[in-house]
Amino acid sequence: MTTTPMTTGAPRSRLEPPPMPRRDFLGLAAMWSAISALAFAAAGALRLPRAAVVPVASRKFRVTLPDALAPGDAFVPPGRAVAIFRDATGVFAVSTVCTHLGCIVKKEAAGFACPCHGSKFALDGSVTKGPAPKALAWLSVTKLAAGSYLVDEAKTVAPGTKVTV
Amino acid sequence: MSTGMQRFGENIRAVPKHLREGVVRTGKPTTDRSRSSFVFGNLFLHLHSVRAHLWTFRWSTTLGLGIMALSAFLVTLGTGILLMFYYKPYPEVAYWSIKDIHFVVPTGKFIRNIHRWAAQLMVLVVLVHMARVFYTASYRTPREFNWVVGMGLLVVTLGLSFTGYLLPWDQLAYWAITIGANIAQSPREVTDALGITSWFDPGGLQKFILLGSEEIGEEALIRFYLLHVMILPLALAVLLGVHFWRIRKDGGLARPADADRRLGDPDASVYPVFTDAPEKTYHLAAVVRGTSPAVGRAPERTVPAMPHLLYAEAGVFMLTLLLCVALALVSDAPLKEHANPAVPENPAKAPWYFLGLQELVSYSAFMGGMGIPTIVVLGLTLIPFLDREREGTGEWFGGPGGLALVGRSMLVGLGAVLAMEFVAIRFGWIREWWTTAPQILITFVNPGTILATIYALYSVWCVRRYDSTRAGALGLFTCFLCGFVVLTIVGVHFRGPNWGFYWSPADWPGH
Repeated sequence: MTTTPMTTGAPRSRLEPPPMPRRDFLGLAAMWSAISALAFAAAGALRLPRAAVVPVASRKFRVTLPDALAPGDAFVPPGRAVAIFRDATGVFAVSTVCTHLGCIVKKEAAGFACPCHGSKFALDGSVTKGPAPKALAWLSVTKLAAGSYLVDEAKTVAPGTKVTV
Repeated sequence: MSTGMQRFGENIRAVPKHLREGVVRTGKPTTDRSRSSFVFGNLFLHLHSVRAHLWTFRWSTTLGLGIMALSAFLVTLGTGILLMFYYKPYPEVAYWSIKDIHFVVPTGKFIRNIHRWAAQLMVLVVLVHMARVFYTASYRTPREFNWVVGMGLLVVTLGLSFTGYLLPWDQLAYWAITIGANIAQSPREVTDALGITSWFDPGGLQKFILLGSEEIGEEALIRFYLLHVMILPLALAVLLGVHFWRIRKDGGLARPADADRRLGDPDASVYPVFTDAPEKTYHLAAVVRGTSPAVGRAPERTVPAMPHLLYAEAGVFMLTLLLCVALALVSDAPLKEHANPAVPENPAKAPWYFLGLQELVSYSAFMGGMGIPTIVVLGLTLIPFLDREREGTGEWFGGPGGLALVGRSMLVGLGAVLAMEFVAIRFGWIREWWTTAPQILITFVNPGTILATIYALYSVWCVRRYDSTRAGALGLFTCFLCGFVVLTIVGVHFRGPNWGFYWSPADWPGH
């Protein structure tokens, strides 16, 4: 393919190039098509690291509270990040996952303390000190039988929600 | 007239000679000229310019820090490949494979120790190297971009360390992944406060991409492994290539304009290569537009990179290797108990270079873990674009104010950070005075953000007081260093169980 020299107007010097010929236009169009195709493909490939289905083990568990559990004392089932309380008005479960950066808080006399960055929480989970942005979550508790309860770590409930003993 | 067989025999005998000549076309590097050709014609050596300025060789110019950082990286690369023979990136076996490396594999413990010490050294040396380049004002035109590349290298180096100590799947690793992933999620601190998390949740997305799952497990470990052995080393290698190439293209290391005069008269034996300053760039047959950094400069006091620079570099490399090996012999890389998702250590401390960050994070997850680090990296990156003066380039503490200004900035920097720490430790912070305070207030008004603001205001004051942008940069960088060092020391030494303040680890309550 040959380009037709521009014949309109006065003769041009090297320093005044003619307006873009068709060939250049097609070249630019091809280049931008290639770039947009690659960008589109890359954007599609970036979808890969986010799996559509994520297997997550059930976080419900059954717990039997010891008879000796006094109000203000926490029962922490082994291997669970939950503190379960029983008082005169009912049973409730508070998550022990710190709302700051996910460390497991430890039950102390007056509430909970986080070992990682020093947040402190009252017994009802509200923040009393440190960087935690939110109160500890209250978790769903269902009564199964006398003294036996089902706790779901994946389901939060409004603070103050208790199950009657 | 030789026969084909005779020539064949001669060729066989001459194979070593021809092989040598095929590899090194210029013969033995015995003269300045052949040495120059040797460097010029070698893929690896030609990252050097053929000749290096004598100023480069002064101890005080670089302290060998750049090459030391590279050497530490090469040591981690070699030992890291060896460790990959046995390491298994799977939660159930990762910890035990490290135990195997430590107790069963021949030289395994030694190699792992070297890997660990070289990594620690690399972080330290990269930081000191940055301080050296800053204080000698070596980031100035035409080296601005190389400073930017250097900031990229700093970030990748810290990323490599972070992903590295996650792999053993011990208590440190598990809780560091937990904290790291939740820092990635910490933009929620802001989106929650604004009530928009349900439809705009960059924090949740970041955490999910990092962990590959809702929980910390095999997906998370394989991702951190991939980052540690493939993505970040590749990124580092590419950035390193650009970094070194730019040193050459930017006209060698920064030096004062009158470096030649300060070095004194050359030996009588030195033959002047050029007699006049070149007026244009003579490369690629002068078709390249613009001028190279050498244009407009008189003939300079240079020596061939081979052997002078190569010997100096080899010396620094051997010194670094010696240091890593010696440290590996006297101190073992730690390995804590097997990861226990139910009980974090108390206190749960990151390695020393992240303890300053941990201190900031203990005021606000988002500002301490993402906001302030981003502001600091951006602020440091912009330094060569905000200070475009020429005075003092290539000189220690060059520029208006000089060492006196650095001293004053040190007082301000130390004073501010110690005052903020005192207030936070002695009196607590907003949450203790007003328990129902809105979180967004604490996110943006906490000891970390106030400290960053004081430093920024002080550096602006320096610009006004000394009528110099370099003075502002000196103030800002010195304050940054003071803040980093003090916060790190507080994190390392003065923080104990529940991140409480203790004068000494001996005062920690028994647990």
